[in-house]
Amino acid sequence: MKFSEQLEARYSDMLTHYPVKRSLLVPFLLYTQDEFGYVTDDAIEELSRRLEITALEIRNVISYYSMLRTKPGGRYNVQVCTNICCLLRGGEEMLAHARKTLDVAVNKGVTADGVFSVEEVECIGACSWAPAMQVNYDFHENLTPEKIDRILDEYRLKAAQQ
Amino acid sequence: MANLVSHPDEVKVVTKRFGQGAANIDRYLELDGYKAVQKALELGADGIINEMKASSLRGRGGAGFPTGMKWSFVPKESAKPKYVLCNGDESEPGTCKDRLIFEHDPHSVIEGAMIAAIAVGSHDVYIYIRGEYRYLLEIMQKAIADAYAKGFCGKNIFGSGYDLNVYWHGGAGAYEVGEESALMESLEGKRGVPRIRPPFPAVVGLWGGPTVINNAETLASVPHILLMGGKQYAEIGVDRNGGTRLFSLSGHVERPGVYELPLGYSLRKAIYEVGGGIANGRALKAVVPGGSSVPCLKPDEIDISLDFDSMMKAGTFLGSGGIVVLDDQTCIVKFALRTIQFYRHESCGWCIPCREGTDWLSKSLKRFHAGGGVAKDIDNIRYLAENMLGRTFCPLGDAAAMPIIGFVNKFRKEFEAHLDGKPCPYEKHPALSQLAVVR
Ligand SMILES: Cc1cc2nc3c(=O)[nH]c(=O)nc-3n(C[C@H](O)[C@H](O)[C@H](O)COP(=O)(O)O)c2cc1C
Ligand code: FES
Repeated sequence: MKFSEQLEARYSDMLTHYPVKRSLLVPFLLYTQDEFGYVTDDAIEELSRRLEITALEIRNVISYYSMLRTKPGGRYNVQVCTNICCLLRGGEEMLAHARKTLDVAVNKGVTADGVFSVEEVECIGACSWAPAMQVNYDFHENLTPEKIDRILDEYRLKAAQQ
Repeated sequence: MANLVSHPDEVKVVTKRFGQGAANIDRYLELDGYKAVQKALELGADGIINEMKASSLRGRGGAGFPTGMKWSFVPKESAKPKYVLCNGDESEPGTCKDRLIFEHDPHSVIEGAMIAAIAVGSHDVYIYIRGEYRYLLEIMQKAIADAYAKGFCGKNIFGSGYDLNVYWHGGAGAYEVGEESALMESLEGKRGVPRIRPPFPAVVGLWGGPTVINNAETLASVPHILLMGGKQYAEIGVDRNGGTRLFSLSGHVERPGVYELPLGYSLRKAIYEVGGGIANGRALKAVVPGGSSVPCLKPDEIDISLDFDSMMKAGTFLGSGGIVVLDDQTCIVKFALRTIQFYRHESCGWCIPCREGTDWLSKSLKRFHAGGGVAKDIDNIRYLAENMLGRTFCPLGDAAAMPIIGFVNKFRKEFEAHLDGKPCPYEKHPALSQLAVVR
């Protein structure tokens, strides 16, 4: 399989960081996921060949890290924190609102059009600005149901324009 | 993006450059940037460590270990390369301060880590940032590239003959990776399963070489200490607890935010003056003073000095500096349940007491909160948690058990109020959703 030019450049750069090439695995898996939407079987095979470790070892690593997935999510993954500080300021209501608005019944479920997925996540480091969520890597803080609606509308528009 | 707050009682050392564009290297240089590392090269290893010891700086990652002492444990001679590893995994619920440092003053972390490297004779620094903080990783990548472009990192830094490389590294979502030995495993491309100690990282760490691991805030404090002098830094705080800390204030306070306060500041004042008191005119029920892992304090226990030793004397910990405030409409059982669900999710599953303990506690508390509890559950929950203490492979098990023991011991009546199929007395209260709308 082929990585994009950008991902290939990332790979070569990261190889120079470490005395052992396997060390790039965790951050590189995330970059791979960013390119393909999830960590694909092909990407696992390719990394297994390059890093000279078994595909099983790579799958073991993937299953440990909560951000890595081996199935596609929505184009925009809506990650709502319900951990303690968010809980105190309405995090559960925010999650329920996002699920209801997007009609996603199960955790990590994807909308029918594939634009969104909704995930309940642990603390994202926005405790003083709770309740909070991330859409892909963007932080959205001091949420209210209305604010969530506005944010989702913006992403919906972005998806339509692409 | 996270907004900045301030209060007149703050003492701005680490946050001095916040909001001033210091992520730009030229601006950082205008604000005394990269002066401390040059001073460090003049001082030499022993000189730096002496200043650090004089500063009585203690680790800001949670355990509060004296930084100067940690650095002095690294052997002078080593057949394998030595490393400095900055812990930017920041995942302890209630803690959101390293984030601001990476955003507003990334070079201070680089510079602090470089000084640590010079102090222990290391030539390679790694800055690990949690995967969720992608925008901060990008800020850090640029900061490192800019520092190389100016010749501050790499070969022969500042004409000293000393070579020093700085690298970034990113995570992919895991609280456990914040534990120092799991952090090294992650950096080696593995699952973040902790290592047995001894040997300690200072002797056998990354790729088998001696390794110093420090929290991002600890490292960001270091350049300031060298510039102002260890003794002067120590005087900002209290005995054996030098300097300031970034406290993340969250939950039911009027003005949540990250505030830099001197160690020894009063917890009551942090809540009622700095934080503006309890939101919506309610009363205080409890405070979790050092991130989700520490036992809570009750309203009659908050006249206490925010320093590592006083907190331990009171049966809790200063931890990560995350102060979570709970008002009188909060259900402690629910809060305990959400706390243990987090640890259950994050337990790496390697050792049985932690894997099974967090799972059982989570199941018991869930059933209990739903009204399915019987009287003996209360002691069973406590007993189960107590039996995890000190019996797990790494401190995550303790971190899970301690808060639960605290909630049962201090709020037994609230547990009893959930007995005999009674519904949760707080469940229908509009408190939570109202709060969300007010902001
Ligand atoms: C489960 C667990 C999670 C931890 N998470 C973090 C973290 O996110 N950031 C951090 O700096 N230290 C964390 N620590 C503490 C580290 O193990 C280590 O003590 C610290 O990084 C040392 O740096 P310091 O001496 O500068 O505090 C964690 C510890 C445990 C047991
Ligand atoms: S608890 Fe939600 S961001 Fe920390």
